[in-house]
Amino acid sequence: MRESYGLQLEEKSMNDDPASEIEAIVQDVTGRLRDFEKEKGSLIPILQMIQQSHAYLPHEAIQLVADHLELAPCEVYGVATFYNQFRFHPPGKHPIKVCLGTACHVRGGGIILENFERKLGIKDGETTADKEFSIERVACVGCCALAPVAVVGEQVHGHMAPSKVEGLILGFEIDKQKKKREKDEHDAGIP
Amino acid sequence: MMPESHDKDVDQAFHAILEEATRRRREFKESALPKIHIGMATCGIASGALETQSAFEAALAERGISALIHPMGCIGHCYAEPVVIVENPGFPPILYYKVTPGKARMIVKSYLEEGDPLFEYLLGAMEENELIPSVADFPRFNQEKRVVTEKCGLIDPEDIYDYIAEGGYAALAKALGQAPEQIIREIIDSGLRGRGGAGFPTGQKWVLAKKAGSAEKIVICNADEGDPGAYMDRTILESNPHQVLEGMALCAYAVGAREGIIYVRAEYPLAVKILTRAIAQAKELGFLGKNILGSPFDLEMELFQGSGAFVCGEETALIQSIEGNRGMPRHRPPYPVEKGLRGLPTVINNVKTFASIPAVLTRGASWYKNIGTEKSPGTAIFSVVGNVVHPGLVEVPTGVTLKTLILGICGGIPNKKRFKAVQIGGPSGGCLPEDFLATPIDFDSLTEAGAMMGSGGMVVMDEDTCMVDVALYFLDFTQKESCGKCTFCRIGTFHLLRILERITHGEGREGDLEQLEQLSVRIKEGSLCGLGKTAPNPVLTSLRYFREEYEAHIKEKRCPSCMCRALTAYYIDLEKCSRGCDACVGSCPVEAIFTTEDRKKAVDQTLCVKCGECMVACPVEYSAVKRVSPPHLAPVIERPQENQG
Repeated sequence: MRESYGLQLEEKSMNDDPASEIEAIVQDVTGRLRDFEKEKGSLIPILQMIQQSHAYLPHEAIQLVADHLELAPCEVYGVATFYNQFRFHPPGKHPIKVCLGTACHVRGGGIILENFERKLGIKDGETTADKEFSIERVACVGCCALAPVAVVGEQVHGHMAPSKVEGLILGFEIDKQKKKREKDEHDAGIP
Repeated sequence: MMPESHDKDVDQAFHAILEEATRRRREFKESALPKIHIGMATCGIASGALETQSAFEAALAERGISALIHPMGCIGHCYAEPVVIVENPGFPPILYYKVTPGKARMIVKSYLEEGDPLFEYLLGAMEENELIPSVADFPRFNQEKRVVTEKCGLIDPEDIYDYIAEGGYAALAKALGQAPEQIIREIIDSGLRGRGGAGFPTGQKWVLAKKAGSAEKIVICNADEGDPGAYMDRTILESNPHQVLEGMALCAYAVGAREGIIYVRAEYPLAVKILTRAIAQAKELGFLGKNILGSPFDLEMELFQGSGAFVCGEETALIQSIEGNRGMPRHRPPYPVEKGLRGLPTVINNVKTFASIPAVLTRGASWYKNIGTEKSPGTAIFSVVGNVVHPGLVEVPTGVTLKTLILGICGGIPNKKRFKAVQIGGPSGGCLPEDFLATPIDFDSLTEAGAMMGSGGMVVMDEDTCMVDVALYFLDFTQKESCGKCTFCRIGTFHLLRILERITHGEGREGDLEQLEQLSVRIKEGSLCGLGKTAPNPVLTSLRYFREEYEAHIKEKRCPSCMCRALTAYYIDLEKCSRGCDACVGSCPVEAIFTTEDRKKAVDQTLCVKCGECMVACPVEYSAVKRVSPPHLAPVIERPQENQG
């Protein structure tokens, strides 16, 4: 299974350049920091703002925050790593959150997590090499009556089962292939 | 206290708003159009309420029928989501459950167009009538007593007028004409105890805050609902945010605070959105901000998003977090009511506590005191989940027994399984066995039994749940969430977890149980805050009531519920397996199932990951997949040569 997914590595598009991406983030964050007062109480709202717009906290952004609040970067990291909300690596295009709240645990949430991990060949907290998927375990999404639950992107999937895991990922792969084919056909169609 | 003239201003200002609310409500009620109310809280949306809404809209447009679509909060019946109430002129309002887009189209066609209420899809009528059985006939409805969640799921949380039309903000308007002491007196007399878990008398807390000598004081609503498996606070905030805001405003007026903060989990995006809107609306109508309803009372309300740390439910940690620090609790005293956020006196109450305040003040202390038991008056809200027929949010008077709640109101255990235990209070609570079903629900009885009221999470477990695994689950949670300040909590929970992991992997040793007990007691004694003091509870209660399960794991390397995967094996009973059936093969995620020489199926134990899918996939008439513990009991079947590779 692991290999079958790894094959897509070569398809990785080369148009997203990480350096320019970081630069864009730095620019955006610099502009928005002005709205926040220079006091420690702004720290968490600032980190939340960055993560909300850019999905994670790059090191460069942390540095900016530290400068703005006149703190050492390690202090900012100290606070950011304390809380579960913040992540330090970019998530995949389809972030997968597997709920491991009590109700989901009792109904086999751990097995669902394992199936995602096996199917995608990554562990919880990691992103696939082609940046399509990332897996995260979350404590409770508050939909206990639908247990076990997984959230893919924004959509909540209730009553999960290993076969549904396979179906979900297959769905995304088919979708991707379809789009690629359409794009190819479109490109070929233009003389 | 307050000059007469202000009373009049307040009365007038509120009266004008109330009139507008009543007018809007009347207009809505008297409209000859059918009304479709759709439950749109997070759980409703997760079950597909948005798709249902679009289906209604499409079907109405297609058939040229006009109807009012009214989004509402959650009525707490999670098993029935998406829930829709349809008011069709000439019929009583009808509650439909599990309304898929298909059913939505059918309701429009058959009910709204042709007048057939579709008995097969409805749960019941919302009022007594002669035509359709009423929902009040079901235990899930008639045994509840709704005080805090009374309006949840019946009003639009994004429309402040909906709340006012139902009697909202009347308590605040009335209070502004009274002395703050009078309000505190009323709360003390009602006997209301904090709903955050510990059950500290709310009135007493307010007295202390009132006495604290400081010009500036702060009121904080603790909505950092971190208990995995509890979602009462989320539902209240999403379904009726104004009731919480009104409760906070009343508290601020009573203790003399001018600043309010709602500390809500960032993981609840819908609650954040609805609250933000509610605060803006309340400000606009003059229930918050400067000179509330024309009186000299000011209250600025802010939202702070918690970043997901369980320990921040502890009040001193919560304050640290707002101040921009790691959420680590500090020693008390001084209590936050004396010295809290920014060193100012701070009242911190739970969402449910604040949501109870308007009801207490509207209907009076003696009314509230007469609900439930003498020592814990009022109601208790639980999110009942796990292996239960009708999961969801339930509000009952205190003193109701666990049996009534779980086996009566929530419909008992599904699939003809037996009740085994109920976990109350989340990671700080405990597991209670069948013998404790007669326990009345109140702060003191639950604590005595070894569990606690806690935040109100209740997870019901059937015979297939392994208690050692449950204890391990909670320890895993608390160990990760321990902030690291106290050595006993930081290292103690780690070692508890390691021992439990060993036991569930079949590597338990003689003396493990004694060590678990010793360590648990030490962690309780050596920790500063509630997290550490209660973290060993799941272990201690499960050891107390299910010791034989631990012993089976250690001595026989057997998991009696066949849940611990290292101690369990799946095999296929060749007597029952049907030739030619392939159901299990496709279901296996790791291709561990092969065909035997006589064309039946068998499990390759070296590949099996024990997910249980084959057991689900195997047709009921064969039921050939079996689970055993310890795993060596599974018969060994060799894979035929030609099938290998």
